[in-house]
Amino acid sequence: MSKNFAMKAILVGVVIILALLYLVPTMGGKMPSWWTSYLPSDKIHLGLDLQGGMHLILEVETAKAVEASVERTSQELIRRMREEKIRAIRPQAEPGNQISVTLLHENDRAKLEDLIKQGYPDYSVASARTLNDGKIALTMKLSAAAVKHIAEQASTQALETIRNRVDQFGVSEPEILPQADGRILIQLPGIKDPQRAVALIGKTAQLEFKLVDDSVNPSSVSKSALPPGDELLYLYRRDRASGRVSKEPIVVRRRVAMTGANITDARVQIDSQYSEPYVSIAFDSRGARQFADVTSRNVKKRLAIVLDGKVQSAPVIQEAITGGEARITGDFSMEEARDLAVVLRSGALPAPVRILEERTVGPSLGRDSIDQGITSMAVGFVLVVLFILIYYRLAGVIANLALLLNLVLITAALAAFQATLTLPGIAGIILTIGMAVDANVLIFERVREELRLGKTPYAAVEAGYGKATLTILDANITTLIAALVLFQFGTGPIRGFAVTLSIGIASSLFTAITFTRLLFDLYLHQFRPKRLLI
Amino acid sequence: MQFIKPDVNINFVGQRFKAFILSGLLILATVVSLFVQGGPNLGIDFAGGILVQVRFTESTDAASIKKALEPIGMGQALVQSFGGEGRKEFLVRDENQGLKLQGLSDRVRETLSATYGKGKVEVRRVEMVGPKVGADLREKALLAIFYAILLIVVYISGRFEQKWGLAAVMAAVLVGATLLVQTLISAAGGQPGGGTVWLILTSLVVTVGLCWLLKLRYALGAIVALIHDVAITVGVFSLLDKEFTLATVAALLTIIGYSLNDTIIVYDRIRENLKRAGKLELGEVINSSVNQTLSRTILTSSTTLVVLGSLYILGGGVIQDFALALLVGVVVGTYSSIFVASPILLLLPEGDSVFTRRASRPAAQPRPEPTPEPVPAIPVSPAKQASARKRKGKKSGKKRRKR
Repeated sequence: MSKNFAMKAILVGVVIILALLYLVPTMGGKMPSWWTSYLPSDKIHLGLDLQGGMHLILEVETAKAVEASVERTSQELIRRMREEKIRAIRPQAEPGNQISVTLLHENDRAKLEDLIKQGYPDYSVASARTLNDGKIALTMKLSAAAVKHIAEQASTQALETIRNRVDQFGVSEPEILPQADGRILIQLPGIKDPQRAVALIGKTAQLEFKLVDDSVNPSSVSKSALPPGDELLYLYRRDRASGRVSKEPIVVRRRVAMTGANITDARVQIDSQYSEPYVSIAFDSRGARQFADVTSRNVKKRLAIVLDGKVQSAPVIQEAITGGEARITGDFSMEEARDLAVVLRSGALPAPVRILEERTVGPSLGRDSIDQGITSMAVGFVLVVLFILIYYRLAGVIANLALLLNLVLITAALAAFQATLTLPGIAGIILTIGMAVDANVLIFERVREELRLGKTPYAAVEAGYGKATLTILDANITTLIAALVLFQFGTGPIRGFAVTLSIGIASSLFTAITFTRLLFDLYLHQFRPKRLLI
Repeated sequence: MQFIKPDVNINFVGQRFKAFILSGLLILATVVSLFVQGGPNLGIDFAGGILVQVRFTESTDAASIKKALEPIGMGQALVQSFGGEGRKEFLVRDENQGLKLQGLSDRVRETLSATYGKGKVEVRRVEMVGPKVGADLREKALLAIFYAILLIVVYISGRFEQKWGLAAVMAAVLVGATLLVQTLISAAGGQPGGGTVWLILTSLVVTVGLCWLLKLRYALGAIVALIHDVAITVGVFSLLDKEFTLATVAALLTIIGYSLNDTIIVYDRIRENLKRAGKLELGEVINSSVNQTLSRTILTSSTTLVVLGSLYILGGGVIQDFALALLVGVVVGTYSSIFVASPILLLLPEGDSVFTRRASRPAAQPRPEPTPEPVPAIPVSPAKQASARKRKGKKSGKKRRKR
């Protein structure tokens, strides 16, 4: 036995030392530098349900991105057809990712088809028929592959943009991960203001400049009576004092004069006159040229600044603006202005996002959960330890040492594997405490039986372990299977339960079989007792 | 110290019909309760909706909270007092699918602070699940249960009967059958969630049928016990009108593991005893095996119950239902491993043959004992014991050779 015994002793010793090393960072406060450079320095990572925070699952409405792309193409087509001298009624984007064009002359058809082939390879002519008056109604359709490509691009870009925004929002250790079906998982630990985070992340921030059509009286016109190429938007005003929101209708040209795509910077400024915050934006050289172009051609007209379909303001263009800067005013609070600057800086989302799932735990509840979890764990542990001690006396001491080591091993493994500890995870540890005893109970009951048959303490221990070990292994495998399935399918907190349960099973096998056997051997070897207190 | 005397010999097997009737009634109650309530009471994880945990600085009541929530269309919300803190903490739950979830948590926050005053309301937890995600989670949970059953069935049929080849065949048949059902369902145009329920039912029926046909008696007993435990736990939850959440599913899966754990230990003892039981009645062997493991069963259950009780009482409201499901599962699992899983072996087809064949297999005995094996305390008379030992030497050896 001596060689085997020594090997076991060394193994157990190494495991204990490793476990303690991994535990120190979680227990102690700040670690000295010599420690962190050579030894494990990771603390146990707490789940959102324990440290408070927010879990979001967003869906990027990629269909909207595809629609927007089709709309852009239809706008561009107007220009291209003018250049190619194709005479047609204004192309129109239609549902089903199609663009309809009505050609005035039969002989323009070949030209248009050529243009589509050359300039818009993603589109193909879906149908063309000659109308009664000799005009040709033609629809072009975006290919399925292109739709997929645009959708994928939108998802990737949305992920990038959101990452940018969250970074600027200042959350420590955020987690932003793409999921299946164009979904995005966002975890923001320790966040104080969940409302603001949602507003910031979820804002599409599609900035557009559109010319106001002052020839129409917005308050009397109905949606159906709008002149072609116009649309009705609203400017929302909030009264600071009463908090009441009023809306003012504004008719604008549907054509986008300019987008926010060329913004290089956006920051909050304070208006010196009214000391109200506004957001100043700076364009890159291309954007500056475009902005100068738009403003110089439309002096004395009103230019609506539209953010996500809502008019922010519609100032009159006093003179051409060539400096490449514009300002967005509105009834902003300081915080709103700051968030708007963040979203404009990080760019627009390619498509709106929808919140599919939101789970927020306030920091106070997280704190309470930790306290209650630890209290119930401590109480459960003490009760079990007392129970085992009374029931098995000396052998109980051994089992309890194993239980204590088990607890140490589980926590150390959590730190070592960088696993996340959640509230169900704590429950998993608690459950493990209850079930880990099982292995020792099985062995001890077996040893008692063998003793009753008149075996010597040594033979009884030998037989007890021998007979019970395989049963213990088998019995634990079923729980392990359940835990592994849970890990595979579970999300967040539940996964934490699966993790601690699996770790707990593995470590309780080690402590309840190897470690206690070592202690028994040691005891039997040293004291050679005639009777075993079990 | 001992709770259970070593020479205990309670006639559990004799009580089996009473136990079967009790179990049958409990399962019947489960079915009736589920039927009356129109299926399990799904929490927002699965049904979709919103759950808000709020704490007020002053005590209030459910009715006034409901009234405060009326303007945002949550007048129908379920409001429950939560954690015993003098009616200051409440759970608000609304599964109304018509609610517009976008920004809903904000609206709840704003509406409540408008009514109760700023700073008097603390929203401590918000869980908002869209119907799409709810359906996804439902599907995921059911699949988890399905895969757990699949893996465990394969494991126990291999493990108990030492027929891993047969277990593989069984797995193949199971997967084939479920695939068939899946295609049938999608051909019939059923919705995916309902499909998975059928998948689970099919896999259970196929498993039980296969075990019966292949005479995998222990595997069958273990699976019946497992279904029994999970069904009754679900029933208790349904009767108490508790919600099924992701945590409940986790608890159910854990119960599956725990239930088998108990069953495996008793079965191992039965097989071990059968090897030297000679001509003892199967019922007697089962009964003495249950008695021998009784002390262990009670002890392990009580330590597990102690820690779970501590979790239930002290762990706080968030984890309470989870602890409750585990508590119920452990109690039921303990009962079933004594009164159901073992006696049910007697009801299954074919007599001793399966067992004696099993008995020739060395695996239940990890290694041969160096000393001559004394017969353990099967509580029968000494005379019987001696004759049993003799027979063991002669007859079972001959039998083995014959087969």
